[in-house]
Amino acid sequence: MSETPFLVLSAILFTIGAVGVLTRRNALVLFMCVELMLNATNLALVTFSRVHGNLHGQVTAFFVMVVAAAEVVVGLAIIVTIFRTRRSASVDDASLLKY
Amino acid sequence: MIAFWLLAPVMVAAALGVLFARKAVHAALLLAVVMIGLAVLYLVQEAPFLFAVQIIVYTGAILMLFLFVMMLVGVDASDSVVETIKGQRLFAIIVGLLFGSVLVLGVAQVSVGAVVGLEAANADGNIQGLADLLFSRYAIAFEGTAALLITAAMGTMVLAHSERLKPRLSQQEMAAQRMRDYADSGKHPGPLPAPGVFARHNAVDTPALLPDGSTAELSISRVLAARGTVRSAPHLADDIEELTQHMHDDGSSNIPGRPDATPKGPLEGDPSDRRDDGEVQP
Amino acid sequence: MTTALLPSLAESVPVIETAPADGVLSLLWLIIALPALGAAVLLLGGRRADAWGHLLGVGTVAGSFLLSVLAFVSLMGRGAEERSVSQHLYTWVEAGSFTVDAGLLLDPLSALFLLLITGVGGIIHVYSVGYMAHDPRRRRFFGYLNLFVAAMLVLVLADTYLGVFLGWEGVGLASYLLIGFWQHKPSAAAAAKKAFVVNRVGDLGMALGVMLLFATFGTTAFAEISAVASEASDAVLTVLGLLLLLAACGKSAQVPLQSWLLDAMEGPTPVSALIHAATMVTAGVYLIVRSNFIYEAAPVAQSAVVVVGAVTLLWGAVIGCAKDDIKKALAGSTMSQIGYMMLAAGLGVAGYAFAIFHLLTHGFFKANMFLGAGSVMHAMDDDVDMRHYGALQKMLPVTFLTFAMGYLAIIGFPGFSGFWSKDKIIETAFSENLVVGLAALLGAGITAFYMTRLMLMTFFGEKRWDKSVHPHESPKVMTVPLIVLAALSVLGGFLLLGNWVVDWLEPVVGHAEHHELPVSPLVLTTIITLVVAAGVALAWFLVGKRDVPRVAPANVSVFTRAARADLYGDAMNEALLMRPGDRFVGGVTTFDDSGVDGAVNGTAATFAGMSGRMRRWQNGYVRSYALSLFGGALLVLVVLLAVNLG
Repeated sequence: MSETPFLVLSAILFTIGAVGVLTRRNALVLFMCVELMLNATNLALVTFSRVHGNLHGQVTAFFVMVVAAAEVVVGLAIIVTIFRTRRSASVDDASLLKY
Repeated sequence: MIAFWLLAPVMVAAALGVLFARKAVHAALLLAVVMIGLAVLYLVQEAPFLFAVQIIVYTGAILMLFLFVMMLVGVDASDSVVETIKGQRLFAIIVGLLFGSVLVLGVAQVSVGAVVGLEAANADGNIQGLADLLFSRYAIAFEGTAALLITAAMGTMVLAHSERLKPRLSQQEMAAQRMRDYADSGKHPGPLPAPGVFARHNAVDTPALLPDGSTAELSISRVLAARGTVRSAPHLADDIEELTQHMHDDGSSNIPGRPDATPKGPLEGDPSDRRDDGEVQP
Repeated sequence: MTTALLPSLAESVPVIETAPADGVLSLLWLIIALPALGAAVLLLGGRRADAWGHLLGVGTVAGSFLLSVLAFVSLMGRGAEERSVSQHLYTWVEAGSFTVDAGLLLDPLSALFLLLITGVGGIIHVYSVGYMAHDPRRRRFFGYLNLFVAAMLVLVLADTYLGVFLGWEGVGLASYLLIGFWQHKPSAAAAAKKAFVVNRVGDLGMALGVMLLFATFGTTAFAEISAVASEASDAVLTVLGLLLLLAACGKSAQVPLQSWLLDAMEGPTPVSALIHAATMVTAGVYLIVRSNFIYEAAPVAQSAVVVVGAVTLLWGAVIGCAKDDIKKALAGSTMSQIGYMMLAAGLGVAGYAFAIFHLLTHGFFKANMFLGAGSVMHAMDDDVDMRHYGALQKMLPVTFLTFAMGYLAIIGFPGFSGFWSKDKIIETAFSENLVVGLAALLGAGITAFYMTRLMLMTFFGEKRWDKSVHPHESPKVMTVPLIVLAALSVLGGFLLLGNWVVDWLEPVVGHAEHHELPVSPLVLTTIITLVVAAGVALAWFLVGKRDVPRVAPANVSVFTRAARADLYGDAMNEALLMRPGDRFVGGVTTFDDSGVDGAVNGTAATFAGMSGRMRRWQNGYVRSYALSLFGGALLVLVVLLAVNLG
């Protein structure tokens, strides 16, 4: 199978995730869009692994998954903490570091 | 490839759904769709281990974690559609489109050579192949990631921990506080009344009736009251009366163990209905 | 080449060959050291020295005079060819190939100057003891006077141009300090500044001249330059001559650098007598006569000297006619007489000796008259306005008599010193050039006019005194110097006895050929005397016969107005130099303020404004930052693709 469709799909998913990060205000949904981007990258990695005939891409995708897990854990804890003190899950509300 | 062409549109649609969904829970579930689609694509691309890991770890653990936090944070919180930052939406869409098109174009133009396929690499099995690499070349990265996971777990515990700001009240103190509140404001010192129970309904949404016939608001969950799905007890009683009336018109009662008797009022058990033989009318 | 065309020229320019100083001449350095030491003690000693300071001041100069007399006698005892004596003191400057030795040169020219400076200077020091008796800063005055004498002696005794420059600057400093001695008076301070600044222009010529000398000849020593002077190119020699002339103009108050001399009368009268009559202002003439080996080889420069001298002698004379301030009238006279000396010096070998002769006699009679004016001022409560004088002959008999001697000398009354010296100059002028001679003759007539006017207004006529003034004769300490100087004014002519001064100076300036006069000397002398008499008569009719108004009349002829305004010398300086300079500085200041500062501040303001606008990008929203990131990633992607696919 040609690898191009997979890569195109990966590109599309990545872009959608990126636009989602820019557009959504709810912290949780924004975080989920980030996860979408990571997943799109994983797809690309697995595709390339198949193209080159070795498992390096798959190992890397594996590591991405692990790191994404750790990242989600900490990120959600942060969101919960912010929600506890500021009673808001909107990303726009944390805008005090400005001019 | 058929799997790909079937799944790809679904995945894209679901991704767009994540982008546009109003409620966060809907977005999470749509993301789950995307992830499972990806898992299948991994399988298609000769990565069975990743297929399993994607479903178990990513969808099953990470996404569920998302859902838990959503419940904590407030599941009915929804984004307003209006964009607050000027020009953000417009530029996001423009740059996104440009980015996407450049990526797709780039990907389409680039040729990385013939697809080799993973037969040789997966010769001893995918997991063995992965393990070979993982514990030889990527051993240190592996150890590092392990340390990262531990650190992340510990960090989360620290972050999510909240200090006790007030001393823990003992039961004695709580009881005393309740008595004090009753003395000050007349707040009922006892437990909340249970909702009204009717044999024929799940009466969680039906308030209990006080001795004077009025409803007890404390017996119904606030959420249900806010939703407006609370039923009224007298209304239900009308339904039952109608039913039993129809039954007695027939002459026979379909209700087992029930002698023919006409109920006198909304509530059976009117003391004036008592017969001399002391039988209490049900 | 010059030598081949004019063999007489090379012969007439003497080369300085010196013998070492021995015997009494080994004390040559002491002549300078005494007043220098006196200055140091008086200026550094502080108030402790107030009681005896003036005596020390007089003593050091008297000691120098004694040594000068001994040196002169010693020189006289030698043969004519052995009269140049040098004393090497130490190596002053040693910078690679540039070496300057600090040494002293005693030859006939400098010996005469030594006597003049220390002799007349000593007399004036004695006079100052009385004149400055009531001044609390008298000690300091004597310190400055000693400083001046020391610097002037360095000037005339140095054997290199650089040494002369050292003395040159020293007398400039002393002049500044002494003109502005009464520093509480703004006019005195301004006059001192003016003198210094105008002198600076001249000093520039001196400095450039010294540098050019070194560049051309590799040395600044008189002896060495005199040997090789004629070998330099004509252009270089002309430039040298003009530069040294510029220096002389500054120091001797010749046109165009004459504006400071009349203002310098702000200083105490002894200062005017010593510095601005007898010695410092003659330094320019000394320089030109000393540099005769350069001027003889640069005829253009020599002509320039003649022109300067002729113009100045008329300029000073005209100014002197309209001045009511007695000191300013005498200052105008000084300017004019030095013009005569410059004229003579510019006439070449024929005139050098007469220039020096007139310098000496002028030193006598001008110092005499200045001290006499001081005596008159002392009597009239320090009033300088001659319109407030009148009929002082009876009240101040000694002053009048001594002043009269000086007056007769300056107008050239037959037999007095001035008669001999000025006549010789006019003769030499006529023998070289008719126009120059006529100018000198005219100058003599005008001199007679204004000096007679001065005498009439001061000593004769009706009393025009202020009510509070009671004129009285000055004390002996002031009148005795007057008498000495008056005697010298009368008898100074003996220097020309048997052409002595010409023969004395011949080793220094060379031998002059005898030029034929258009008329015989006796006829010329008669003409000169008649012109002088005409001047005296004119003054008698215009001033003596009429009443002198107490207040200067405003309705006067255009000539009088011009003369009162110093022939617009100050006005020209202001218009040509001061105002353009002012405007230039104003322009530069404006450029600095708005241009340079504007550019700097503008740059700062631009950056501040830019940063003020740019910081608004940091709006605190993560999503807009993410958008920027995204945009950047897009750019990187595009570049990557362009590079890889293009």
